[in-house]
Amino acid sequence: MSANGKPRFAMYWAAGCGGCEIAVLNIHEKILDVDANFEVVFWPVAVDTKYKDVEAMPDGSITLTLFNGGIRNSENEELAHLLRRKSQILVAFGACACEGGIPGLANLSTPQAVFEAAYDSVSTDNPDSIRPQSVWNVPEGELHIPEFYPVLKTLDQVVPVDYFMPGCPPESHQIAAVVDLVIQALQGKAELPPPGSVIGAGSSTVCDECPRARNVKLIRQYRRIQHLSRVDPTLCLLEQGIPCNGPATRDGCGALCPKVGAQCIGCYGPAQGTLDYGARLLSALASVVDGKEPEEIEQALAGIPDPAGQVYRFSLANSLLGASKEAWEQEEEIHEAAHHD
Amino acid sequence: MTAHNGHSEQERIGVYVCHCGSNIAGTIDVEDVARWAADKLNRRGVVIARDYKFMCSSLGQELIEKDIRELGLTRVVVAACSPHLHEQTFRVACRRAGLNPYLCELVSIREQASWVHTDKKAATEKAKAILSGGVERVIHHQPLEPLHVPIHPATLVVGGGIAGIQAALEIADAGFHVYLVEREPSIGGHMAQFDKTFPTMDCAACILTPRMVSVGTHPNITLLTWSEVVDVQGYVGNFTVTVNKKARYVKEELCTGCGICQEKCPKKVLDETFEAGLGYRKAVYTPFPQAVPKFPVIDRPNCTFFQKGTCRACEKLCPTGAIDFNQQDERLTLQVGNIILATGFDILDARRIAQYGYGRLANVFTSLEFERLSNAAGPTNGQIVLRDGVTQPKTVGIIHCAGSRDRNFNNYCSAICCMQSLKFAHLVRERTGATVYNFYIDIRTTAKAYDEFYQRVLDEGAILIRGRVAEVTDAARLPGEDGKLIIQVEDTLAGKQRRIPVDMVVLSVALEPRHDAKEVAKQFGISCSSDGWIIEKHPKLDPVATMTEGVFVAGCAQGPKDIPTSVAQGAASSARVLARIQQKEIALEPVRASVDESKCSGCRICNGLCPFNAILFHEDRMVTEINPALCQGCGTCVAACPAGAISGTVFSNEQVLAQIEGLLLQPLGALEEPVPV
Ligand SMILES: Cc1cc2nc3c(=O)[nH]c(=O)nc-3n(C[C@H](O)[C@H](O)[C@H](O)COP(=O)(O)OP(=O)(O)OC[C@H]3O[C@@H](n4cnc5c(N)ncnc54)[C@H](O)[C@@H]3O)c2cc1C
Ligand code: SF4
Ligand code: SF4
Ligand code: SF4
Ligand code: SF4
Repeated sequence: MSANGKPRFAMYWAAGCGGCEIAVLNIHEKILDVDANFEVVFWPVAVDTKYKDVEAMPDGSITLTLFNGGIRNSENEELAHLLRRKSQILVAFGACACEGGIPGLANLSTPQAVFEAAYDSVSTDNPDSIRPQSVWNVPEGELHIPEFYPVLKTLDQVVPVDYFMPGCPPESHQIAAVVDLVIQALQGKAELPPPGSVIGAGSSTVCDECPRARNVKLIRQYRRIQHLSRVDPTLCLLEQGIPCNGPATRDGCGALCPKVGAQCIGCYGPAQGTLDYGARLLSALASVVDGKEPEEIEQALAGIPDPAGQVYRFSLANSLLGASKEAWEQEEEIHEAAHHD
Repeated sequence: MTAHNGHSEQERIGVYVCHCGSNIAGTIDVEDVARWAADKLNRRGVVIARDYKFMCSSLGQELIEKDIRELGLTRVVVAACSPHLHEQTFRVACRRAGLNPYLCELVSIREQASWVHTDKKAATEKAKAILSGGVERVIHHQPLEPLHVPIHPATLVVGGGIAGIQAALEIADAGFHVYLVEREPSIGGHMAQFDKTFPTMDCAACILTPRMVSVGTHPNITLLTWSEVVDVQGYVGNFTVTVNKKARYVKEELCTGCGICQEKCPKKVLDETFEAGLGYRKAVYTPFPQAVPKFPVIDRPNCTFFQKGTCRACEKLCPTGAIDFNQQDERLTLQVGNIILATGFDILDARRIAQYGYGRLANVFTSLEFERLSNAAGPTNGQIVLRDGVTQPKTVGIIHCAGSRDRNFNNYCSAICCMQSLKFAHLVRERTGATVYNFYIDIRTTAKAYDEFYQRVLDEGAILIRGRVAEVTDAARLPGEDGKLIIQVEDTLAGKQRRIPVDMVVLSVALEPRHDAKEVAKQFGISCSSDGWIIEKHPKLDPVATMTEGVFVAGCAQGPKDIPTSVAQGAASSARVLARIQQKEIALEPVRASVDESKCSGCRICNGLCPFNAILFHEDRMVTEINPALCQGCGTCVAACPAGAISGTVFSNEQVLAQIEGLLLQPLGALEEPVPV
């Protein structure tokens, strides 16, 4: 605890879009509770602190750290280790920290391909094909920027994590509830769930919260929602052939997307006890295809043009495969090189 | 989220490695495997590891029982053959020693290691990995109790061919009720169409008719002909079957079977079924004089009254007033405990083999047509004549394997056509004295007295030519071919091409699954092989059971076979059913799926998938439930449920993942870190 007796709060933004930071601010007046109950000791987006300030803190002195974003580079990794050491409760906050999130989809490619897309595409004006370098010499001396890793990892693939809070971003009401719970627990009025738990989410899947009517599903043709002239407002989207990820995605969001006529894209991650989100979803999507002949089945599934993007949009880094073979090979090389140093 | 052994107390595991004579020990160093298990797997709870010559012998089983009692084993792993073979043996041994039988795991190091490898060292290492997988898995086993359900004593037999007749009579004679459902107006099946049966050449009607009559008069048999099963619900011991009894337009309680209606009916109809298109029947008909039951049916689409509104000849002339044009289809609901499917076969449509000219060349006949031609009660009174109905052939060519053993049609051998073709050769020689050529690929006469029959037909002067016939044509090229059918064949014994002119060609066409076999199988919750025949539970050890408890199969529905084998299967299936009935209740394997309602989102993805109709959905609570008595533990829904809400006993995620980790020797720390690949 800090000098004023308040528990200490930290939040950190690794490889993610920043939406999680906004989501925390979006809890409206509850943010005042955070301020009233915690001393914010580290939150680069909100308060001016330096890494060295954190390094100077005693180990275990931060009560609660919300860590959002995946581990994409050496800086993310360093901060993951640092904050783990300094925190009592480390929460993987949001889809990227839990599952790798959208940036994790780059695990299908090598860093070279990622850089090419970022620095050499038609929309980029980069005539000399300049690429970021982790070490650069300038007259003033040697400059270092963080090293980009071939494989993006989830937070718990790098350090032990106490709780997982899914969502892209986590829904504000869920954040508020979690904040409440932690405050209550610190005051001895409530108990925290067992370590390793998923918090701020449900125990079933999105369909559980979805009001759309469903019959026994049989799909002759999957279709992208934007290709349909009309979407029935009350019937299950999947039954209309729209590949809705709701059946495989943990509930807790309140089925926001299907309620407004957009298919669930899976940001709340896998259901409890699911080892590989994409594998589960894919076997479900395939199970309901109405067809016996291989051609009929292919035809139905042809409506899902990017299967990996469909079923692993947020969870590739946390899947059984994790990344492409090429990406893993490069990742191993880096580790071996580090060993020899 | 890995499935490491989270058990606080360690299990006490006994490991038993079987030599299986030299079956396993010939390729795997079993002593080494046992020593390794004692040494390396003791950290995982293995307290004893033994190897033994034959674990399944009574001495082997006693070894396990003694260890359970004396060492207080809580889990048993036997590394031996496939669970199909001896899982039950070792489970029962465990039970005898007071251990719940489902705490025993049988891992196969014979089928999966010794039989498929030659490198002794590698096979031994693999056996260790398989064993380690079994040990990790068994830790997660739960004690289970089988489900007991009562058996309804009545039986449904579907199909009244010789196989179904045999099954029905056996069960009825044992004192239990049978419903025999037959689609045609009479029972008898294909056998009723034949004149003589190989190899003894006894008259088919003489041996079949008494059986048919017994079925018709048996107090324990309810015979439902002109009927079809339309729905099957329930599970072993408790099936509810709905049968559609088509309107006969003849009141069974009044009809005496005098046949006056058939005689007087003015409408002649080509009989494509029983007479194979060679003869005629009336619009009101029984397929043949000895039909059982004796009551005719009115063939509505062909009846003048039904089509034009006038006639009623049968109604006017029926002495008992049995004709009833107002009869309606009837739906009957039957309660039965077991089901025997004896739906038989169809013959291949000979038109499909275009090069043999059937349908185009008048004097090319199918085997069934030949049966009717040679039948004394058939359309020609047993005269073997050409399509014109009068001319006797001077030369006949009989083509074996037409559409069998042929990649373009059926890969399998139809089993009976060699004998059937030889029977035809014999009949042609006997009745007409014509020259007979049999064209064969191989002669397969393996059953009792079959090869003797073959020798007899050779002695009778049939000419056998080895070679697959390329073509049957009427295009004459050489002298003596005019007006003949020419059979073009490579005589593979003489090593030359031959053209043989004949008057008549008989195609011994393949036996094929019933055209609707797949739908019928689905209705009863069982499956067909890729060829279309109903799949038996085990091709050697359980040939008349299917994968669905309480559903059995007999006769040609399971694959091509002759009458003796069909009868044997009919009897075998009834023995299985009788054993069930005698037990009064049945213990079902507790390998079942169940839904965790708190996880089920009601997405309904699983709802239409169960091949055994075990899944039901509660609209009110929006959750799915599985009927444990119906579920066969196939795992389809477990794999499909995207919420991970369904788990299967014995095959839970935990168990499977633990087994995989065991196979990779991870719990032993043999690999430091799981290497992602
Ligand atoms: C030309 C020819 C000659 C042969 N000669 C001999 C011989 O000499 N000796 C010998 O041993 N074997 C012979 N066989 C083989 C013999 O025909 C079979 O072994 C025997 O008929 C098989 O009997 P089954 O009861 O299994 O089938 P089937 O005889 O086909 O009987 C099946 C019955 O089920 C009924 N059925 C089908 N589907 C349904 C349904 N869904 N609902 C209700 N009822 C249904 C059918 O109408 C039929 O009555 C010959 C076969 C052929 C083709
Ligand atoms: S629309 Fe999507 S979330 Fe809703 S019930 Fe259908 S599959 Fe489930
Ligand atoms: S319906 Fe009448 S005429 Fe026809 S067989 Fe029966 S009793 Fe005879
Ligand atoms: S495991 Fe599922 S699909 Fe298979 S029989 Fe049981 S309920 Fe049906
Ligand atoms: S698939 Fe799973 S979640 Fe969906 S209805 Fe079936 S049991 Fe429930």
